[in-house]
Amino acid sequence: MTRAGLVRKSAYQDSVALLALARDLRTTAGVREVAALMGTPANHDLLRQSGLLTAEAESAGPNDLVIVVDADSESHARAALARADELLEARQRQRRSTGRVLPRTMESAFRQLPGANLALISVPGAWAAAEARKALRLGLHVMLFSDNVSVEDEVALKRVARDRGLLLMGPDCGTAYLGGTPLGFANVVPRGRVGLVAASGTGLQQVACLLAAGGEGISQAVGVGGRDMSRAVGGAMTLDALDALGTDAATELVVVIGKPPAPEIERQVEDKLRGLGKPAVVALLGGKAGGAPGASKVRRVATLEDAAAAALSALRRETWTARPFSGDGAAIHRRIAEARAALTSGQRAVHGLYAGGTLAYEATLLLESLLGPVTGNLRPHVDGIHRVIDFGADEFTLGHAHPMIDPASRIEGVAALAKDPRVAVLLLDIVLGHGAAPDPAGDLAPALRAAREVARQEGRTLHVVACVIGTADDPQGLAAQVAQLEDAGAWVLPSNAQAARAAAGIAGANL
Amino acid sequence: MIGDLFARELRVINCGLEGFAQKLTLLGVTVIHVEWSPPAGGDPRKAALLAALEDEEA
Repeated sequence: MTRAGLVRKSAYQDSVALLALARDLRTTAGVREVAALMGTPANHDLLRQSGLLTAEAESAGPNDLVIVVDADSESHARAALARADELLEARQRQRRSTGRVLPRTMESAFRQLPGANLALISVPGAWAAAEARKALRLGLHVMLFSDNVSVEDEVALKRVARDRGLLLMGPDCGTAYLGGTPLGFANVVPRGRVGLVAASGTGLQQVACLLAAGGEGISQAVGVGGRDMSRAVGGAMTLDALDALGTDAATELVVVIGKPPAPEIERQVEDKLRGLGKPAVVALLGGKAGGAPGASKVRRVATLEDAAAAALSALRRETWTARPFSGDGAAIHRRIAEARAALTSGQRAVHGLYAGGTLAYEATLLLESLLGPVTGNLRPHVDGIHRVIDFGADEFTLGHAHPMIDPASRIEGVAALAKDPRVAVLLLDIVLGHGAAPDPAGDLAPALRAAREVARQEGRTLHVVACVIGTADDPQGLAAQVAQLEDAGAWVLPSNAQAARAAAGIAGANL
Repeated sequence: MIGDLFARELRVINCGLEGFAQKLTLLGVTVIHVEWSPPAGGDPRKAALLAALEDEEA
């Protein structure tokens, strides 16, 4: 085997571009392993751990591109590096073909685009707060997609934003819709009457997709970042966004999505909702459900699916009650019973491998209520046979693309779980839309088949239960993605909540 | 002010993942992409200090 590498000085590439480059090179003849990354200290460590750190790579700085290839022969390694050169050149040519010199800073971009009103920032977390500060100083609203931003920076940025009457969405704001335009990871949904404020990207996506399935659309959807309603941040952007939705002519009903806030923030949010003069649905996962005290137009619900269903009913002026499954209940219970009957006596656990953080959290809550303790990175101090992992958490994404783009971490997770004789059900989410991988179900399907086969050879049936967060109009196509998962042996349910309940049922929960 | 953002046409400065700018362009949104690379020689602390200094000057 031959190892070869190249370092390109001052050739910064974003994480998605690096992933695309590595993917392409892996398909080059004779190539066994590829690393394509920037020469940051963290990436030096990664290369060292995987035994790929060459002397040349060690000299690379954070702005230098490093490519290392392991190949069958020297000629294959050389051919792969030549291919890398070709791809990087093609990218440069494409940029030059626009005939415009791209700005290198926020300030010069602002000069080149008069009337700019929004900065969409997705640089690595260590740099994100500084770029957001520059944007706010220029009077721009900000969508801060980047994660790994400290709470101290978040508080400071939101204080500046409020002082200037600006919206700062995020950090870790994956999804937003402004005036019908989808930003970040967003599904193709119609414009409509529902205004959303969400401390959760995938939670927002689930609600938007279920509204679309019910024939309703989004007026505005503001992502505020997962910590906005915490005591430290004080609900700054949630409260400002609610004020704006209150006066937005297109918004007839407001949905708030998040985790239970600090009590004093919850009171402020409720006061704000009462004063809106518009009906509201509140899904604070893990919080109370039912009518909010003294606010007949404010409905609290327990799940993301319930938020969409309650909103649809309110707009249609129909009464609504929560239901565990939207389809034929008897058929679903039969299928659960059949799946349960195929398990060995040792198979009792549900393992959830998630790309969406809020979807993982919602599944954890539902599994806990139906099966008992659930461990995982959302519940690191809990012991239990059931486990849910959020592969989009900061510890997995530092220096890597998000699992909605890069399936590698989840594929590894599926392979590891296949060998565990306690696992009855593998539970997963597939998230579609702009920004997500072009074929996420296709990326995971071979791993699902292989995992089921490993279990079969050991005399077990491994059940796969999934939900697909998407719409028929998404680039990946909802029906095609569902079909691929079903072809790989998965049971696909219409929502994350239903998938979690079905998984719990198979593992023995009394539904 | 936030209401203006809801009502007016979006004009976006994209700083980070280039794919987001490409998607917005396809949707007909006016967008300019920043050819960003880590400032201050790749030292985040130095970059944050520089930004804070600029903030004070502004």
